[in-house]
Amino acid sequence: MNKQASLRQNIIRNTSVQIGFCIMFVFIVAMILSPILQSPLMQSLGNRLLPFNSPQHILGTDHFGRDILSRIIAGAFVSLRVGILASSISMIIGVLLGLLSGYFGGKVDMLIMRFTDIMMAFPVLLFLIAISATFNPGIDTALFAIGCVSWPPMARLMRGQVLSIRSKEFVQSANAMGYSHFRVVFHHILPNCIAPIIVTFTLGISGAIMAESSLSFLGLGVQPPTPSWGAMINEGKDFLRVAPSLSLFPGFAIALTVLAFNLIGEGLRDILDVKQSEGNK
Amino acid sequence: MGFSSVISFIVKRLLQGIPVIIGVLTISFLLMTVAPGDPVLAMVGDYYDEATLESLREELGLNESLPMQYVQFMGKIFSGDFGKSFMTDRSVMSDLLQKIPFTLQLAFSAMLLATIFGVLLGIFSALKKGSIWDRLTIIISLSGISAPVFWIALLLILWVGVHLQWLPPTGYGGLSFLVLPAIALGTRSMAMLARTSRAFMLDVLNEDYMRTARAKGLSETKVIFKHGLRNALIPLITIVAMDFGSYLSGAVLTESIFGWPGVGRFALNAIMKRDFPVIQGTVLFMAVIFVFINIIVDILYAWTDPRVRRSLLGDKHE
Repeated sequence: MNKQASLRQNIIRNTSVQIGFCIMFVFIVAMILSPILQSPLMQSLGNRLLPFNSPQHILGTDHFGRDILSRIIAGAFVSLRVGILASSISMIIGVLLGLLSGYFGGKVDMLIMRFTDIMMAFPVLLFLIAISATFNPGIDTALFAIGCVSWPPMARLMRGQVLSIRSKEFVQSANAMGYSHFRVVFHHILPNCIAPIIVTFTLGISGAIMAESSLSFLGLGVQPPTPSWGAMINEGKDFLRVAPSLSLFPGFAIALTVLAFNLIGEGLRDILDVKQSEGNK
Repeated sequence: MGFSSVISFIVKRLLQGIPVIIGVLTISFLLMTVAPGDPVLAMVGDYYDEATLESLREELGLNESLPMQYVQFMGKIFSGDFGKSFMTDRSVMSDLLQKIPFTLQLAFSAMLLATIFGVLLGIFSALKKGSIWDRLTIIISLSGISAPVFWIALLLILWVGVHLQWLPPTGYGGLSFLVLPAIALGTRSMAMLARTSRAFMLDVLNEDYMRTARAKGLSETKVIFKHGLRNALIPLITIVAMDFGSYLSGAVLTESIFGWPGVGRFALNAIMKRDFPVIQGTVLFMAVIFVFINIIVDILYAWTDPRVRRSLLGDKHE
């Protein structure tokens, strides 16, 4: 209990985590308050390309007269959804494969690790582009593609963790007691790997948000009219000379969100004392 | 390290890379076959008759069974025949060879900028720890890691290319066209290198051997670069080599925004048009790059760290 309390203290006192949570807090408040703004989809062709700091449109409007601020906040829903779900998918795949590989060793280990090597050899963004272009581009395709492509680092990390825990006494005694593999893996080994999983998961969210925005920027992620930061930057790039705010502000939003999850992830890594290495290859 | 052991190490690693390359090709082959949408329809355009479609399918081998197509595909690739583009009917191999120098040029420039500025910024920041410059460096590197590359690219085009009109915003030409894409592409690596070298310099600055080096009367510059930086080499090399590898295999976003005629833009266009032979060719090229970069990283590790050298090569003379 005491240990938990001091851990909580450490987390609260860590500057990176503080700043990260502050940024997230601002976004969440904005998302809660967003209904008071003009709908992100409402067009008003009389108010096209209004500049920054216009009355009623603090960040201006886009080429359809839609309010940029409300579109950015609506884009936050999309980004957070893709970020959290995609990172969860890659966490589940990575953790399971890493556990199997590290616990059983031998042929299973070799097969899984060769597969991981192959997946690592694909350039991530190109692979994502190929998957999204092949299947129907959209938010769900993007989300699954990102989740299914970004698990290899998690698998390697888990494997390293399991290898270092497997030979510990409590695992050996659990094996000697005749517990099933399932029980040993999920009750004895997995609980001891939570810290690195949390850190990788948090950093994975920022990676997924970045990947989604890149895909949407290329027109292969979230489809219009649903607002997405990447797509907004893409639409705005044709108006770069006349109305730079169209591309400018969504980019800030991406940078801030990615920064927030990076800060939280790295803060947690310091506090939980997770090693950066991915275990021995 | 002995010359023959280096050669046998390289050969061993190259052989280990073959299954990876076969795996990458297999996955990309499978992805192409499950892809909805008919490449033949995409080729003929709006006006066609059944006979043309049929003869085209026959010509491209799309009428064979899947395993047969796979065998033919692998056979062709390993005999060096990458086929012809569905769209332009040009040889994929010669197109690829024509694009590679452009990508190399951009990747080298980006990495050079990133390494020089990143490492210098990191060292400078570590030496002035806690000062306003240190904080500024931390903020710059955090933003560099968090901002999307396509956004940085647009900002550079807008600010340097359009507003200041110092450099051409997009396109390919002389050296002046290279600057903006190289900065955009290198920003993230620069930020990572700055952070890593700062962290390592902070660890190392108070070590005994640094004090000894200073006490020997070496100049501060020599102490920092020769004795201090040496210990940060392995993590720095990892970042540089891995990023360089990913730039080589195509800086898709940067190349398409700046209209840079390299491999990344080539691959992106091929994917958008379902030009299967071009996609396969570029994927193979990228997998090979990946395997080579990994081998080079291992060699560099061995070269910089005697401990790694011994364990990799089994060399007992060091």
